[in-house]
Amino acid sequence: MSNAIIKVEGLGKQYFISRERQVGGYTALRDVISNKARNLFKTSEGNTDKEEFWALKDVSFEVNKGEAIGIIGRNGAGKSTLLKMLSRIAEPSRGRIELNGRVASLLEVGTGFHPELTGRENIFLNGAILGMTRVEIRKKFDEIVDFSGVEKFLDTPVKRYSSGMYVRLAFAVAAHLEPEILVVDEVLAVGDAEFQKKCLGKMDDVAKQHGRTVLFVSHHMSSVLQLCTRCIWLSNGTVHRNGRSKDVIVEYSQQGGDSAVTFPGKPLTSVAVNQLGDKIEILATYKVEQRVTLPSLGFVIYDVFGNPITGFNPGLFQEDLTGNYPEEGKIRIVLTSPLLLDGIYQLSVWFGLSIGHDIQAEPKCISFEIVNMTPHRQMDPTAVGFTSPVCNYTFE
Amino acid sequence: MNHRVIIEPGRSEKNYWKDIWHYRELFYILSWRDIKVKYKQTVLGVLWAVLRPLLTMIVFTFVFGRVARMGEQSVVPYSIIVFAGLLPWQFFSNAITECSNSLVGNTNLITKVYFPRMIIPASSVITSFIDFFISFAILLGLFVVNGYMPPPEIFAMPLFWILAFLASFGPGLYLTALNVKYRDFRYIIPFIVQFGLFISPVGYTSAQISEKWHWLYALNPMVGVIDGFRWCIVKDAPNPLLHYPFYISLGVIFIFFWLSIYQFRKMEKNFADLI
Repeated sequence: MSNAIIKVEGLGKQYFISRERQVGGYTALRDVISNKARNLFKTSEGNTDKEEFWALKDVSFEVNKGEAIGIIGRNGAGKSTLLKMLSRIAEPSRGRIELNGRVASLLEVGTGFHPELTGRENIFLNGAILGMTRVEIRKKFDEIVDFSGVEKFLDTPVKRYSSGMYVRLAFAVAAHLEPEILVVDEVLAVGDAEFQKKCLGKMDDVAKQHGRTVLFVSHHMSSVLQLCTRCIWLSNGTVHRNGRSKDVIVEYSQQGGDSAVTFPGKPLTSVAVNQLGDKIEILATYKVEQRVTLPSLGFVIYDVFGNPITGFNPGLFQEDLTGNYPEEGKIRIVLTSPLLLDGIYQLSVWFGLSIGHDIQAEPKCISFEIVNMTPHRQMDPTAVGFTSPVCNYTFE
Repeated sequence: MNHRVIIEPGRSEKNYWKDIWHYRELFYILSWRDIKVKYKQTVLGVLWAVLRPLLTMIVFTFVFGRVARMGEQSVVPYSIIVFAGLLPWQFFSNAITECSNSLVGNTNLITKVYFPRMIIPASSVITSFIDFFISFAILLGLFVVNGYMPPPEIFAMPLFWILAFLASFGPGLYLTALNVKYRDFRYIIPFIVQFGLFISPVGYTSAQISEKWHWLYALNPMVGVIDGFRWCIVKDAPNPLLHYPFYISLGVIFIFFWLSIYQFRKMEKNFADLI
């Protein structure tokens, strides 16, 4: 008799990318009706209104009771979709999941928190939403408040909290969940280094001392290594590797991990980010079949909350950089400023062949980790806001 | 204690109703949240829950009673006749409005946590219950002010109140599910409520509808409910249970309720993807 507490067999999830004209990002009945009417007059073109997209394809794995499994992969590999399936939030299109225990999911910090309610009220609200009974919450109330460190502000509305306090309170509630299976989606990445250590320690406790099963998605390889014995590497919706954490992570890092990504068949063929001491290097390669006036790579760097930290639009270049560039080449951007604090960041890029005309956009295609770039202490990124970078473009 | 769940495409959740019991505390918590938030940072606070039905009743009494002269048929004070109709109607309009916007208003919960989704519209109706009780207290006040003693049928009121709940929860459930996919419904609902006010016996009584059209008129589920409330509160109001139109309304209520639950369960699996 297998000890599997989670069994996933042939799991698939299909999304339809509809090309209906959607105003405002949602479906309006009048558009559906007008599209259907238009379709009546179409000839044998077939249904060109919807494009299939398989976010997960034939995913199978087993998790035994008490195991801590890391799930790694690039942005867009299907990790969050997998967690949504396991949490019963979205339904699979194919395959089967068998769960032999109650699941509590942490897909976001502070789910259900209402800004108008006080910290105290939100503890009860959030706890209940995550599946704790009122009795349970009352019992653990003091522990939760202690863990979060916001005792002084417990009776102020949460909308007055700083983002750090918010995150600490939210995580404090979630950390005291006692489910049989705990599913965590990158939430440990928020907060400062000290808090991250505390959270990781608590999750470790949950897994090792209480024998609960943990599924942990993260881009933070060191955390995954510390917490998880086994690792599943998801790539393009399929299981690429499933084995001992150390082995999988090493292989993953060797392939560039999340900080390098390729786009086969597209004009911008690859992007990679590296930290060179106190500088950040963005390397891109492109291959096109047209004249290139100026290979322009615009980018924005976001912190883990999604706040834009810095970015650059090559449209701000002076004209003297335009010229005749080869159809296949490399772009190298080195940022000397701003200096980024330790943590995980994301990169979005836009590529064009001349100024002001983008032909490819890759939002949040890369996650990269910054370590020891600057000795300065953590600041609230929203307090600082967007800064202009100092960067140097070279072409090869 | 082995809690086993199998997730497959198209598999209807056998444990759904057991799950609702397991998550029962959420009913209370979500409505507690809605009530708390509703009156935060307001000056009048809970007083609003009293003022609204009171003011509406005063306006109605004046317009339909004095101006349209509708109050001349009964020995019972017109304000009480109106209020007897207003009480269930306001519950219905509040409940159906809150209900149909409930799922879209809780997008963050639907995309991030699991619990049986029916809990959301169900708990949104609870705030309307509270308003109903406050309005009921106003009704009792009206009795005292007018020196009016209600008939013994008033004890049957809870039954009609349950009917009012079914009449609003049914369509509310259906509308909230549809609203997730087609946001147009957000605009349709206020229209239904406005229109409904005129085709329901709030400002007038069912006796004033000609016999010929009574069957069509009774297709409106609130007709049966309001007639029932009138019978419970107003001394010389006819017993709706003795005449066939009530059963038409009753039928519509149950059919709608059943249909809505079925539709909701069917659409539920895709909420997180559509919202």
